[in-house]
Amino acid sequence: MGNRRRRLEGSAPAGPPLDLRPVRHAGLRGLGAVLRDRWDRPVFFALASVSLIALGATLFFIFREAAPVLREIGLGNFFGRVWDPTGTPASYGALPMIVGSAMVTIAALIASVPLGFAAAAFIAEVAPRWMKDVAKSVLELLAGVPSVIYGFFGLMVVAPAFQSAFHLGTGRTALTASVILGIMALPTVASLAEDALTAVPNSYREASMALGATRWQTIRNVTFPAAFSGLIGAAILGMGRAIGETMAVLMVAGNAPQITASLLKPVRTLTGAIALEMGETAMGSTHYHALFGLGVILLVIALITNGLAEWLRGRLARKHGL
Amino acid sequence: MIAALTTEQQRRKRVVQRVAFALLTLSTLSAFLALGAILYTMFSNGASALSWEFLSEFPRKMMTEGGIYPALVGSFYLTAGALVLALPFAVASSIWLSEYSRGGLWVRMIRVGVNSLAGVPSIVFGLLGLALFVKVLGLGVSVLSGALTLALLILPILIRAGEEALQSVPMSFREGALALGATKWHAVRTVVLPTAIPGILTGVILGVSRAIGETAPIMFTAAAFYMTRLPETLSDKVMALPYHIFVMATESPNYWRTRDLQFGAALVLLGMVLLMNLGAVTWRARVRRRKQW
Repeated sequence: MGNRRRRLEGSAPAGPPLDLRPVRHAGLRGLGAVLRDRWDRPVFFALASVSLIALGATLFFIFREAAPVLREIGLGNFFGRVWDPTGTPASYGALPMIVGSAMVTIAALIASVPLGFAAAAFIAEVAPRWMKDVAKSVLELLAGVPSVIYGFFGLMVVAPAFQSAFHLGTGRTALTASVILGIMALPTVASLAEDALTAVPNSYREASMALGATRWQTIRNVTFPAAFSGLIGAAILGMGRAIGETMAVLMVAGNAPQITASLLKPVRTLTGAIALEMGETAMGSTHYHALFGLGVILLVIALITNGLAEWLRGRLARKHGL
Repeated sequence: MIAALTTEQQRRKRVVQRVAFALLTLSTLSAFLALGAILYTMFSNGASALSWEFLSEFPRKMMTEGGIYPALVGSFYLTAGALVLALPFAVASSIWLSEYSRGGLWVRMIRVGVNSLAGVPSIVFGLLGLALFVKVLGLGVSVLSGALTLALLILPILIRAGEEALQSVPMSFREGALALGATKWHAVRTVVLPTAIPGILTGVILGVSRAIGETAPIMFTAAAFYMTRLPETLSDKVMALPYHIFVMATESPNYWRTRDLQFGAALVLLGMVLLMNLGAVTWRARVRRRKQW
């Protein structure tokens, strides 16, 4: 309908045609009115950009403070096998910490990923309504416990127990750190895995049950495979959290910068080295820059695991057309 | 035609399922067990140290006696500062993401920014705080540097909670306000935001409980081992409860003599954090249940 003016039967009174332009064009409006009514979108947009700016600042300053590593230590030496900042000559090889972080993280995930997936399956597929709510609350509380409390618990309970159980000189070992990290990663893995399982459409389960499968067969052969990418995403995010964990590991890992294959020996992690040594180094020294270099390694790992996990979780949603 | 299962096969299927479900239940119980073990350890060892004096006195005699008062106050300053700094940006970000954004590259980038920021390890925030706030901006090791660092840490938590709260406000509320002639901002301010307040507050509680327990970000930016007085300005160092527990348990020369004090401090921190979390979780559940739309 091009012309929306209604034509009336009979004699329409002659007059100026009705003004039917949208209200906002009804008159000339000054800058003041625009500022009063249209300030909101640009202002909120600018404020929303602060997270991007914060991320950019993080990347910029961590990399900037680490950059002298290339000149003062050299990339090859920085990935060397000996970390001895106070020796003469000082040696800044990050490999012991990279191996230490990898060791405790992998050992922690070996325990917490199967447990987390199982707990997720219980919550998403098996538990009655009230049990589901209780279990989810417990996971949330466990996730909320500060890492210094986990470290303190490890120091006071787990480390002495391991010391006497394995007849060790010290209970602060890679294994102790792995156990504590495993407990800490459990709620992350479990609640993200539960999200992934819940995202599987109910029609999948119904089809499986209609074919005569039991609920367990359905979980094992239908729900888990369908949620696979989301589950892997949950495990990867759990890994990212475990690698970046600082206080708990610092308190129980023993912090000896050595490369060892034994879980019963003390190790120093990337996070532990930064937390332990930054307080004792002079700002702007080679040691200071080397610690920022460790920070770069951590930051890169965190961003990669985060991006990968997001992508996998998104893939799950796309696959099921959600 | 599919051959009917024999009763023997059906029985086996049932047994397998029962065993499997028992294992899933046990795995879930491991989380209960972990939480229970931590709570039991802290309560049974720490309860005896708790007293009014413990909460209201300064540490004495090389921190082997006395209380945790300055650490409590310091943690309060840092957390309150972080919240004041982060909340306006977080609420504005979630308003933009939920109400104003129209999709496209910028939204995706900001979302990636928020998610990545949430995944940055807390010790890296500590490094950033040291490089940017302490060094480049010249704020020194201070309450302000620590609060700024913690603010970056809780920003993504607050944004996510805020966006979720705003998203759960039904579209019809906005349409009703706009139909009455309200501008977009007027509708957000008078209808959408008030409806989302409980959800936003849940996020605030979770953010505060996260900030109060964090140690790594404040180690190089704000925390002091021991102070004889409370901070008077924003550029003073502070004691903080989690850092206090850490140094008492590992670096203090008298760590074996102060076992009770350590457990007491750990119990106070754990108690505060768990009560806040529990409050947030139950309140959120109640708000969701009471919702009639």
